Amino acid sequence: MSASGFMTENRPLKAYALLIIVYLYAPILILLAFSFNNSIFIAFPFKGLTLKWYWALTGNSQLHQALWNSLVVGVIAALVSTILATLAAKAVTRYRMPGRNAMVSLVSLPMLMPEVILGIALLVFLLSIDIKLSLATIIIGHIIICTPYALVTMISRFQGYDPAYEEASLDLGETALSTFWRVTLPLVWPGVVSSLLLTFLISFDDFVVTFFLTGTEQTLPIFMWSQLRFSDRLPAMLALGSLIIVVSTVLLILVEWLRRRGEGATATP
Amino acid sequence: MAITSVRDIPAPSGSRLSAAAPRRKQRLIPRDWISGYGLMLPVMLICGVALAFAMISTVLASFWTQEGYKLVPGFTLENYREAVSNPLYQLTMARSLAISLTTTALTILLAYPIAYFLAFYAGSRRTLWLILITTPFWTSYLLRVFSWKVILGYNGVINSGLKSLGLISEPLTFLVYNPIAVIITLVHAWLPFAILPLYVSLEKIDRSYLEAATDLGDSARDRFWRIVFPLSVPGVMAASLMIFIPTVGDYVTPQMVGGPDGQMVASSIVELFGRVNDKPLGSALAIVSIVIVTGLSLAYMFLTRRVSERMA
Repeated sequence: MSASGFMTENRPLKAYALLIIVYLYAPILILLAFSFNNSIFIAFPFKGLTLKWYWALTGNSQLHQALWNSLVVGVIAALVSTILATLAAKAVTRYRMPGRNAMVSLVSLPMLMPEVILGIALLVFLLSIDIKLSLATIIIGHIIICTPYALVTMISRFQGYDPAYEEASLDLGETALSTFWRVTLPLVWPGVVSSLLLTFLISFDDFVVTFFLTGTEQTLPIFMWSQLRFSDRLPAMLALGSLIIVVSTVLLILVEWLRRRGEGATATP
Repeated sequence: MAITSVRDIPAPSGSRLSAAAPRRKQRLIPRDWISGYGLMLPVMLICGVALAFAMISTVLASFWTQEGYKLVPGFTLENYREAVSNPLYQLTMARSLAISLTTTALTILLAYPIAYFLAFYAGSRRTLWLILITTPFWTSYLLRVFSWKVILGYNGVINSGLKSLGLISEPLTFLVYNPIAVIITLVHAWLPFAILPLYVSLEKIDRSYLEAATDLGDSARDRFWRIVFPLSVPGVMAASLMIFIPTVGDYVTPQMVGGPDGQMVASSIVELFGRVNDKPLGSALAIVSIVIVTGLSLAYMFLTRRVSERMA
């Protein structure tokens, strides 16, 4: 460990930090380990290694449909919320407007209230205007829960570079649209990519709001919730869960890497 | 988006374009607020309108009645009377608050030393630590909660492990399906999230204060209580609200590991929207809970500000 000021080393604190890492990761690692266990029971003793629970996933058409639905919902929710947030972040960081804080607070509301309440509020609204629950209602709900996170990501990205670049482009006679396309977008691009990945993960993982807005078409977490009640389907769900954890961890590391690379590049374009 | 071509803003000067400038205060363009509204319009039309209408319809529905599956408009306070006076809802609400407050306190206590370590001792590997700690927060919530059911269950990892070691013959039943199991699971789920705001507030503390205190003869303990802790109070406040608000309304965890004695107010609300099918009462109960949560959060913010002003 390198020195940070006059404080250099603190072994007890470091040991504690390692202990917390173990606490955070142990349950996830236990799920991963038991997904390879050759037994219908998720219990010790270990009965030997198998991949059969992973193979069981390949023949489950209900699962494939739910996975497809989740991907469709996630991609649309990520694209729409990132576009909305990019425009809004430009407005918030570049223009002085009365009511700015009120608008940002309203849009950020989903981060500030329990998800169950957001879910029922959206449900009551949709029922009151007689909209049938479907994948479309799930997409609307996901756009609403993803946008605050996209907005935070994009605002910090817009704050990270000098508006003089845009002004210079406009002063040199470029139109507003081509300035946005040729100057703004390349500058905020790392933010756009990390916002897309982050919102996709939020949508892909969401259970509670989806639970209220689901009609007959299920997303993956709703499908998993319905399966977790049957003990004979648990091992296959562990295999599915392990795959989700591995894939989303890879995506997350990508988000983090892009974010840091983006921040490193803000000063000089 | 009509951005006017004539701009009465000074041309960018060399100094502002210099690479050295860190995050500067944003200069806002004063005359162009119409363009600003234009850019805000899409998000307001989709998210703003939906959220506003969702709130309004829930408030309205809480005053209505229900016949069969149809909501009947009207004005009654009966739903609110039932939501606050029914002992079942009083119990689940009180339990939600107790579980959530305990979770918040425990999470902050566990998270603070980690944040402290990251801010002052992690050195060059800080980024690695941060990624390691925050990653679990974004992996499937459902699975992380479920993993505790697998660990604590009657035939779960702990019980079957102890049994195969010959330490117990009957499963330990106190591990799961009670409020403590809910708290253990919630602390695990929210710990990574709590560390971030604490770390940010500790990271910002000017190191020269600490050096000055040391030079003036403060011990490590004095230094912590007189400088570090008071300056980190905003982070503690942010972290506690970020945990308290979502955990009061948690639904998945009590369902998975709470058992009958661990059910929280969200379960009551979901029941009212599902099996019991009384949406007006469900709406009223939701509004009562959000009013209680908001009230407590505001009171907490007010008190913390007061206390930290007095400490400063």
